[in-house]
Parts: sequence; structure tokens; C-alpha cells
Amino acid sequence: MTTFLILTGVLLLLAILFMLFRTQVLINVLKGSYNQRVDKSNKVHGYLFVAFMFFIFLGMFGYHQVAKKYYLPESASIHGVETDNLFWISMGIILVAFIFTNVLLFIFPLKYHYREDRKAYFYPDNHTLERVWTIIPAIVLVVLLFSGLKIWTSITQEAPVNSNIVEVLGKQFAWQVRYPGSDGKLGQQSFKRIDAINEFGIKVEDKNSHDDFIPRELHFQKGTPVLLKIRARDVLHSVFLPHFRVKMDAVPGMPTSFWFTPTISTAEMREKTGNAEFNYELACTEVCGRGHFAMRFIVVVDEPEEYVKWLASQKSWKSQNEDYFAESMKKYSPSAKSEITNQNKELSSL
Amino acid sequence: MATVDLQIHSHEVHAHDHHEHHEQSFIRKYIFSEDHKIIAKQFLISGMFWAILGGGMSMLFRLQLGFPDANLDWLKPLLGEWIENGKMNPEFYLALVTMHGTIMVFFVLTAGLSGTFSNFLIPLQIGARDMASGFLNMLSYWFFFASSVIMFVSIFIETGPASGGWVIYPPLSALPQAMSGSGLGMTLWLCSMSLFIVSSLLGSINYITTVINLRTKGMSFLRLPLTIWAFLITAIIGVLSFPVLFSAALLLIFDRSFGTSFYLSEIYIAGEALHNVGGSPVLFQHLFWFLGHPEVYIVLLPALGITSEIIATNSRKPIFGYKAMIGSILGIAFLSFIVWAHHMFVTGMNPFLGSIFMLLTLVIAVPSAVKAFNYIATLWRGNIVFTPAMLFSIGLVSYFISGGLTGLILGNAALDIQLHDTYFVVAHFHLVMGTASFFGMVAGIYHWFPKMFGRMMDARLGYIHFWFTFIGAYLVFFPMHYIGIAGFPRRYYSHTGFDAFSTFTDLNQFISVAAFLTFAVQFLFLFNFIYSIFKGRKASSNPWYSNTLEWTTPVNPGHGNWPGEVPTVYRWPYDYSKVGADDDFIPQNVPLSATLSSNLEHEKDLQKVEQIDISSPNAQ
Ligand code: HEM
Ligand SMILES: [Cu+2]
Ligand SMILES: [Cu+2]
Repeated sequence: MTTFLILTGVLLLLAILFMLFRTQVLINVLKGSYNQRVDKSNKVHGYLFVAFMFFIFLGMFGYHQVAKKYYLPESASIHGVETDNLFWISMGIILVAFIFTNVLLFIFPLKYHYREDRKAYFYPDNHTLERVWTIIPAIVLVVLLFSGLKIWTSITQEAPVNSNIVEVLGKQFAWQVRYPGSDGKLGQQSFKRIDAINEFGIKVEDKNSHDDFIPRELHFQKGTPVLLKIRARDVLHSVFLPHFRVKMDAVPGMPTSFWFTPTISTAEMREKTGNAEFNYELACTEVCGRGHFAMRFIVVVDEPEEYVKWLASQKSWKSQNEDYFAESMKKYSPSAKSEITNQNKELSSL
Repeated sequence: MATVDLQIHSHEVHAHDHHEHHEQSFIRKYIFSEDHKIIAKQFLISGMFWAILGGGMSMLFRLQLGFPDANLDWLKPLLGEWIENGKMNPEFYLALVTMHGTIMVFFVLTAGLSGTFSNFLIPLQIGARDMASGFLNMLSYWFFFASSVIMFVSIFIETGPASGGWVIYPPLSALPQAMSGSGLGMTLWLCSMSLFIVSSLLGSINYITTVINLRTKGMSFLRLPLTIWAFLITAIIGVLSFPVLFSAALLLIFDRSFGTSFYLSEIYIAGEALHNVGGSPVLFQHLFWFLGHPEVYIVLLPALGITSEIIATNSRKPIFGYKAMIGSILGIAFLSFIVWAHHMFVTGMNPFLGSIFMLLTLVIAVPSAVKAFNYIATLWRGNIVFTPAMLFSIGLVSYFISGGLTGLILGNAALDIQLHDTYFVVAHFHLVMGTASFFGMVAGIYHWFPKMFGRMMDARLGYIHFWFTFIGAYLVFFPMHYIGIAGFPRRYYSHTGFDAFSTFTDLNQFISVAAFLTFAVQFLFLFNFIYSIFKGRKASSNPWYSNTLEWTTPVNPGHGNWPGEVPTVYRWPYDYSKVGADDDFIPQNVPLSATLSSNLEHEKDLQKVEQIDISSPNAQ
């Protein structure tokens, strides 16, 4: 019943609108406004453009003031401070261009709307003017380019030798992280070894893997560079650490990396933001399927002492999966392997 | 001289041909037509159909983004199983986003825009009886039609249409295990797009040939309207880049169906390690964006060409810097092929490559800036008539600037690290490519409707349509910058799972409401369009007092376009408000000898040559 009522209501409304439209057309035919070159509204558009100009400028700045509090807090990494600066400087520059061009674009329609008694100014070109407005943007661009290049090169150079190493693995639909343990070396892995327990496909026979550990949170040490070694095991994912201004795709079959230096501990950030519940987060920014929007992983930045303590408290993956480890060892350890190859050799020599 | 003469003769032969069998059957005339005007209308109507569908999809996902907690059971009659317990299925969300992107970019703004206006305007504006090959032209539409049918069918299959984003990055798009849309839906997507590419190539080759070979007497390249320049260059870009997408798709088909490993390597999925090794997903991205970036200019350049024409006509002024405009089109076209990897700064590509692509990307901003300035200079001291087409053209320039400027930020690799794949990008490309091109298309429809259908669209409805759309689209896409600066990733079903992204709920609602209203206003346009086809006021043959050749045809140009001879061209298309002229426009087919009082210095010499030309026995 209600649907029926709504439907008739809508139909009625449409019918009324249509009648209005028809009468409007007829009135204009009677008034003869179709015979004129422009109708009365022609001037109105000029005013509307200028009104719109104020509306968009005010809206833009006004809302920026409101929105600021929702922006990400200050960058928690060294390079992030630089890119943020460059971002706001670039914003400033394009804002100037934006205002300059839009003011002209919206004022001209008001100033030069059609008048019967006037003729437009035949002005096909002016090479000086054109040269000027080719060269000015070019100069601005060169400045932006070089400041960008400088930062880009420093961000993408080799990681410092003292970096902490962490492996980040993307899968549908969760992140996993692996630390190298006290030897500072990640054990080798192969996608063929992956199973429900061995999510990384760790090669147990590689001694470096024996002290690797797989925590539930990502921990960074404040003030020390950290090198993320990024992998994906099924489809593309992308490591996004918004507060650190870090992003790098995770690509199956092609390890990638990103290094940066965290500068603000979680505790400090809680204080700065006044939010006792604040946590750094890791998100995925390359569409990877159904759960793409839910690949959240908690990140903690520790003061150096806390970090050391945290490291010490972690148990190696091996120690948590003794049975599985022993089993795999039997299958893959060099001695086991050589036995198998020996058997093969015997077989083939028969 | 000789070649030109030959052409004119062949035109005449053509025209006679047609006179002999002019009672064509309905099917040959309106369905399997070889007339460029009918084909243009076919592309237009198909494009509008797709625009409604693609736009409608964005309404559905805006509903989800703006009101993530709403109960959507009322959509069950439409979406069926995709609504589960009052919630939209997250994979279906991705399917909608993917289809929306594909439809808008390819079906609406490539086929719908180039297909309509290149077909309609090239012969009319260069003074040709039809396209170089009417048959290939017809094939081009019907390949597009077949492609459309397949894409349309894919929306309704049980496992859903392709869902990995319009860029269909493998391995996600290669592995049916990864998401249900990568099964049959993806297969259909690839089939459909392959046909689409064939259609696009057939069309483009025809446009290029026609512009080069069939220009009427006197129509030198430097007398072509900027529309034609834009269509020509767009077609060339298409011919050079679409084949690359085709090969990318072909290799993907091999990977999907024949066990090859072009894009796949070391994958463990759904409890099983795949055999593929040695492929590279990044290879696909290079191939895809080798088309993908030129594609944004394929979408944009025709819109810019259309606007150039409309702004000049309605400012009653020559377009400012005609040659600079051509130069910048050429510059943009060339550069568009060497900037593709700016979409890949954070894919693990060599950082040095990143630097190079950043340099090239920022260079492309220069010709774009020149274009914007030239439009503004054209308005300066004009005598501006605000037809709906003119309003939309000014709107286009505004969007082109607003969206283009943020390109300077995204093209900067260091800044793109943070902004890549966030809503900042969504804001950027919707302004500069989506809305700007859409405005160009709408402007073109308002402007050439009288020539297409012999009637006028209602201007007042046009004004309302413009103001609501202009303001509305800004309200929809501008706020996305703020959301992007706050880091919100795109292609997210919901942002509330993260502390960092659970803000801005009110703004997201606002955007959604603005989008619904803006979308609704488009139906006003649709009404105006359909109503005016049948009931609009009768048009005169040159309602905008324009210079280009299409306005020298009868109100309803028949097959062959001009009943008599094809007019000869004596001047460039922008002689508006010339000092000393009687009227404020001088059509291209008016000889210089007829406008002695307004001729400029260099034209006086030309005029002498022209007279010799006319009096020579060869000329006719
Ligand atoms: C009707 C007005 C439109 C609205 C409200 C709208 C809204 C959106 C939104 C919110 C997204 C991002 C969704 C997400 O990332 O989760 C999106 C994606 C996209 N839109 Fe639109 N859009 C509109 C019109 C257009 C037009 C005219 C184009 C033509 C270029 C376009 C092209 C795209 C593309 C290419 C994507 C990316 C799809 C992907 O991520 O694979 N849209 N749209
Ligand atoms: Cu993801
Ligand atoms: Cu691009």
C-alpha cells in the first residue's frame, strides 16, 4: 500500500514538473525570447560563476579548518617530515595557481557576457604572453622536481647497515611478520614449504631460521632505522604505514623493501594526540580480494630499552613448534637429503 | 593540386552512387548503417546507456561508503544474493567498483565520446561525404556492441563480474581461487575488452585515414578546427597503445587458461603451492599502464577539442593561440607514452626509473598549463553567450585545472608514497579525467544536438542541469582530497576497521548524498534529450552562428551530407568578431574576396592566390 502511495506521489510530482516545463516553453514562445540571440538569463550566469567562486574558496579553506583534526598526526618518521613539508609547500604553490586561474575563469564570464552593442576583441595570439605562461610553470616545475628528486633519492638509497630487519608477509587476508632473532639473519624460505603451521615457508635446515620469531605485533625501535623486507605469497598486497608515510607493494615472487627511521614512540604519540588508546597501524593498499579492507596489524614503536626487553621476551618459532620442526628436519636436513639422494643414486645405478 | 582534384571527383561519384539507391531498407539505414551520422548516434545512445549503468553502480557503492551501517535489505529485489543479512557482500562491492571503472573509462568516455563525436564531426567538419570506409565504421560499432553485450552479461552471472579493479592486476585477476570474480567474470571481461580493442582500432584507423585523405578543397591542416586535431591525435594514440593492452590481456589469458607463467611466480594460495615460477606481476603493470596512461588522454583530448570549439564560438572570439593549442595537443600526445610508470612508483620498480618517470611526468604539466591559459585568454574580452554547451565547457576548464594541479603532487614520487592508492588519487582523476571529460561529452551533445536531430534542446533545463551538476560534482569529488590526505585507502569496502580511518563519517555521508542528487539531476538531461528529439523546437541550420563546415549543411543533413557540392574552404575556422566584418562570424567557406573589408595583411596576399585558383578551369 505504502509503495503504491509513494509511487503515485512520485508520478504526480513528475506530471506537475512536466506541466511546469511545458508552460515555461509556451510562455517563452509567446514572449518571443527564442528569437533573441541570448535570453535574459545570460547575465545571471556570470553572477552565478562569481558566487560559485566564493563558495568554493570559502568551502575549501573553511572545511580545511574542520578537517585538519582528522588528518594524520605529524609524521613519525624522519623522511615523512620532509615529504610532509614538501607536500604542504606544493599544496601552497598549486593553491596559488588554482586561485589565480579560477578567479580569471569565473570573473571573465561576468565581465564579458554578451551585449548587443559590443563586439568581442579579435585577438588570435600573442607570442610573448604564451612564452611567459609556458616558462613560468616550467620554472616552478623544475623547483618542485628537484626538491622531490632529492627526497626521493634519499628515501630510496640503500638501508644503513645498522638497520633492524623485519620481514613483512602479505597473504589473503592478514599480515605476518618475522624477526631474525639474535643472529640478525632471517632464515631462508620457499613458497613450496608453506603450510598451515609454517606460514612463511621457512627452511628449517637453514640454521639462521632457528632463532627467527613470529610475533603478533610489529615492533620498531625508536631512533634506529628499520628495513622492511616485504613479500606476498598469493596476490599483490601493499604495506601501508600511514603514520610513517611508508608504502610499498608486496609482490609474489619479487621481494621488495623499504627502510625508514621511526621517531615517535607509541607512548609519546598517545600523549601528543591525547588519545590513550592510540595505536600505529599497518594497512593494505593494493586490492587483494574480499578482506582487503580488513588487513589491520598493530604497530608499536618502543623506546630503545623497551625494544631490547621486548626482543628478549620473544620465543623463537622453532621453540613453539618443536614437533613440527623435528618432523621437517627429518625431511629436509642436509643429512636426510643426502641419504635420499644416495638412495636415488643407488636406484638409478641399478 | 592534382590530388585534391581527384578527391573532389571521387566525392561526386560517391554522391551519385547514393542517389541511385537511396531507398535503403530500415535495417540498412538505421541498424547496419554505414552512414557516419547514424553510427555516431548509435555510439551516443550506447554510451548514454552505459553512463546510467556505470553511474548507478557508483550510487550503490556510495551507499555503502556513506552509510556502512544501513540495512540494505530493500535492495534485495535488485541485487539478490549479493545482499547478505542486510549487508552488501564485500566482493560484490569490489565488483561494482571494477565495473564502474571499466564502464566509465572504456564504454562511456572512450566509445561514447570518441565514437560519437569523431564519427559525427570528422566528415562534417573537414567537408567529406562520409568516413573513408563506411563498412569498417559499421564494423567498429558492431564490435563495440558485441563487447557491450558480453560485459553486460557478465554482470549477471552467479560468481559475479570481474572484481580486481579496472586495472585487473594479476595474480588477483589470474587466479579464480583468489576471488570469485576472477573466474568466469574475468574471462568475460577479457573477451569483452578484446572485442572492444578491435572496435577501437577499426574506428581509429578510419578517423586517421579520413582526416588525412578526405579533407575538402582548401582544408589544409592549419585550417582544421581544433576538434578535428584532437580527434586525429586521439585516434593515433589509440592505434599505438590499445594493441599493447591487447597483448597484456592475451598473456593474461594464457596464464589463466594454459598454465603459462608470464605474470605468476612463487604463489601459495588456497592451501596449495602453484607450479608457476619466473613470471612477474610487475610486467603486467608496465604493459597495462603503457595503454592506461595514454588512455586518460584518449578520454580527455576529445573533450578538450570539443571545448575549444564551443568556447571560441560562444565567446565570439578566435581561440587564443591556435598553433600553441595544436602544439600542446601534440606535446601531450607524445609525452603521454613516456610517463606510464608514474602509476608504479611504489611497486618495487627500480627507484632510478622512478626518478626518470617523475621528471617526464612533471614535463607534461607544461603543455597542459598552456591549454588552460589559452582557454582563459579566449574568454578575455569576448562577448560571451552562455548556451548550456558553453556553460559545460567553462565547467570543464575549471575541473581540468582543479584536477590537473593535484597531478603535480601525485607525479612527485616522494609525495606519491603516501598518497598512492588513497582517496586523493580518486579525487584527482575524477576531477581531471572523469568529470572534465564527462562535461566535454555533455557540452558536445548540447552543442551538436541541432545538427544531429534537427531540433534544439531546451536551454533552461540545460541551465538547471549545468548548475546542479557543476556544483554537485565539486561537492562529490573535492572533499575526497581531505579524505585522501587523511590516508584513507581506495577500494575499501569500509574504513571503520582502522582507528586511523574511522573519522570523516559525516563527510562520507555528505559526499554520498551529494552524489545521489547529482546523479538524479542527470535524468533531467535524459528527459531533455529524449523529449527534444521528438518535440524540441525546430533548429535553424546554424543556430550558434558558428564558422565550421557542419553548419553549412541542411538542418537534417542526408546521406552524403551536402546536397550539392562539398563547400570549399578559404580560411581558418576562428574568424569571429573580425574588425571590419559585417557580422561577428565568417564561416570557413566564405572566400577572402568576399570579405575585403576585414582581411588582415597576410590574407590580402592569400586572397590574390585564391582568385587565381577560383578562376582556373581545374578548380571545380
Ligand atoms: C556518477 C558519479 C561518480 C561517482 C559518485 C564516482 C565515485 C567513485 C568512487 C567513490 C570510486 C572509488 C571506489 C573505491 O575505491 O572503493 C570510484 C572509482 C572509479 N571511478 Fe568513479 N565516480 C563517478 C563517475 C566516474 C566517471 C565519470 C569516471 C570516468 C573516468 C569514473 C571512473 C572511475 C574509475 C576509473 C575508478 C577506479 C575503479 C577502480 O578502483 O578500479 N567515475 N568512483
Ligand atoms: Cu589488500
Ligand atoms: Cu598516468
